[in-house]
Amino acid sequence: MSHIILLGMNHKTAPVEIREQLAVACRKEVNPLHMLPHLDHVDELVFLSTCNRVEFLFTCGALAEGIGEVKALLRTHVGLPTSVPLDSYLYVHKDLEAVKHLFMVASSLDSMVVGEPQILGQLKDAYRLAVEYRTVKTVLNRLVHKSFSVAKRVRTETCIGSCAVSVSYAAVELARKIFGHIQDKKVLLIGAGEMAELAAEHFLRQGVRSMMVANRTLERAVELAARFKAETVPFDLLLEELKATDIVVSSTGAREPIISYRDVRSRMRERRNKPLFFIDIAVPRDIDPKVNEIDNVYVYDIDDLQGVIEFNKEERLSEARAAEHIINEETIKFRNWMESLNVVPTIISVREKAERIRQNELRKTFSQLPDLTDKEKEAIEILTSSIIKKMLHDPIMFLKKKAQRDTRAVYMDFTLQLFNLIEAMDEVDAAQAENEKTEDATFLKAAKK
Amino acid sequence: MESLFLVIATLCYLSGTVGYLIYLLKDREVLPRIAWTILLVGVLFHGTALAMRGIGTGHFPVTSMREAISLFAWIFVVTYLIIQIKLQLRILGSFVSPLAVIFMISSRLLPTQGILKSGSFRSGWLIAHVTSIFLANALFAVLFSLGVMYLLQERRIKKKNFGLLYERLPSLERIDSIAHVCLMSGFPLMTAGLITGFVYASMVWSSPWNWDPMEVLSLVTWMIYAVLVHERLAVGWRGRRAAWLAIVGFSATVLTFVLASLLLAGHHSIISGNLYG
Repeated sequence: MSHIILLGMNHKTAPVEIREQLAVACRKEVNPLHMLPHLDHVDELVFLSTCNRVEFLFTCGALAEGIGEVKALLRTHVGLPTSVPLDSYLYVHKDLEAVKHLFMVASSLDSMVVGEPQILGQLKDAYRLAVEYRTVKTVLNRLVHKSFSVAKRVRTETCIGSCAVSVSYAAVELARKIFGHIQDKKVLLIGAGEMAELAAEHFLRQGVRSMMVANRTLERAVELAARFKAETVPFDLLLEELKATDIVVSSTGAREPIISYRDVRSRMRERRNKPLFFIDIAVPRDIDPKVNEIDNVYVYDIDDLQGVIEFNKEERLSEARAAEHIINEETIKFRNWMESLNVVPTIISVREKAERIRQNELRKTFSQLPDLTDKEKEAIEILTSSIIKKMLHDPIMFLKKKAQRDTRAVYMDFTLQLFNLIEAMDEVDAAQAENEKTEDATFLKAAKK
Repeated sequence: MESLFLVIATLCYLSGTVGYLIYLLKDREVLPRIAWTILLVGVLFHGTALAMRGIGTGHFPVTSMREAISLFAWIFVVTYLIIQIKLQLRILGSFVSPLAVIFMISSRLLPTQGILKSGSFRSGWLIAHVTSIFLANALFAVLFSLGVMYLLQERRIKKKNFGLLYERLPSLERIDSIAHVCLMSGFPLMTAGLITGFVYASMVWSSPWNWDPMEVLSLVTWMIYAVLVHERLAVGWRGRRAAWLAIVGFSATVLTFVLASLLLAGHHSIISGNLYG
């Protein structure tokens, strides 16, 4: 049985310097997917890289060997010396954990700003590349596709998505309440993150013409600058830029605030006290909260912005819980499918389906022919069951023969589709999930009382 | 007839204010339009009453505190109506119109006793003095309202606690820039008002400065606004501090009127008869 592994690092596990190095390396060089033929133990591979995460999703027969190979691939690809302890930044999820993690990522529940919509697009790009390199087959094909539909479900059934979109909307609206017209205001983008880019895009769409980008990595700054038609500012001179900027969108991965009370205060006089609006999307925060105390300076962090759209934390948490419920549900469905890829369950479900059809047809026939004697009924039953047995004999023998091959997943998947067994399986799951939901609801009601 | 017109004007100001206050709570576009029109009607009645008074007595109608404040209220409402046409900032009415009612009613409460008994009310200098001072103070009253609006809105944004008014109030920069214009046009008028006052004083009482309490307090008020103008131009003061200073400045103006007119002796006061009667 092959395993699904997800190996990678994100904003929670790796410091920004490491992630940026990885992201930049992965961007400019050849995609690591082309290395797949050299990996003996890895069957399928998808490579996802954003500014906040680098992840390899792959399947392998032998667990330890596969993980070892991908780690080595990561290291050689980025050019990290062996002295850098990569392991402490990495997480390795196996099988169901990996499935769940991928669903979380796709639904933007694992993002720095929960609910930001870009990650799904990035995952789709990653998948498209994998298709181009022909590194995805039956399992990852279905898994990644499933993750898209899970993301869609989460987006439509919970308010997680509207939350992030409205955060950047709220930022622009606030800027309007401070500045009135924002067209002639200068926006400074510090660092890069999905959410910051979203906010920057929003400002551009609202007519902001002047934008500056400051980033620790120059390549990244140049890239962003090209995208937003902005100019780049050296990261070290960023404080000087405060003299001429009106709106600062900041989302670096720095552990400590990069802009302090004194930094701003000392520059307000030179600004002639013109209002300065900080949008601090970073977690931990980039702007010292004390900066908000300075006259004509307004600092909003991500919680404040989310507060603006009246998404209180409790509500958000319950939305996140609802989203997680969807993900758990879908993970179980996927597990069922995975299991069906084994030969025995597939054969069983083929037989079950045939038997179900047989029973249905018998019932119909018997009700139309009430005059049949018991003996005649028995004869018909024997007849139908032997037809089905003989019909299914060859396909089942074929499946059993393929059971020992590595490619069995392909045949099993094909069988599932041929007999339309996936839908039937999903229906059963949906009924189960519905039951669980009502149970949850009654439990919640009871708890409230 | 004249007092009937004044009552009608007061009622108009009152109902206009009610309209604007409802507008504060309910975002209906007709409300401010109706309120504005009612204020305009009020101004017409009020103006007619003032003109009748002026023609009837043969004086510029500032012979008593009641007349003076009534004239000021009229100038204030006219100023606001013009500002409203220029800016189309309807919500400002909700903050300005209550002041008009307060001025109008307080003028009705003030005594009708004459301020000066000499015939000096026809002097062009006096008319220039009163008109420019009143116009300046009308602008400063609007500035006061803008200061209140600014502080309300600033507090909402700073404390991240968005109440009812947040949606309705304009952006901070808009309020601030209007305040800037009000200050920069009001201040020269006030300066001119003081100068013409000195000229008039030196003509009537042969000395431009008589240590009259109103003179002293006016100079203090002028200095408050002078500081505000200077800080705005030189240092780029704006926002909260400027709003506070505008509020302090206008409060000082009101204090000047109230104290100097009712409590203290001097030739601006109603009990000035002992000096110049």
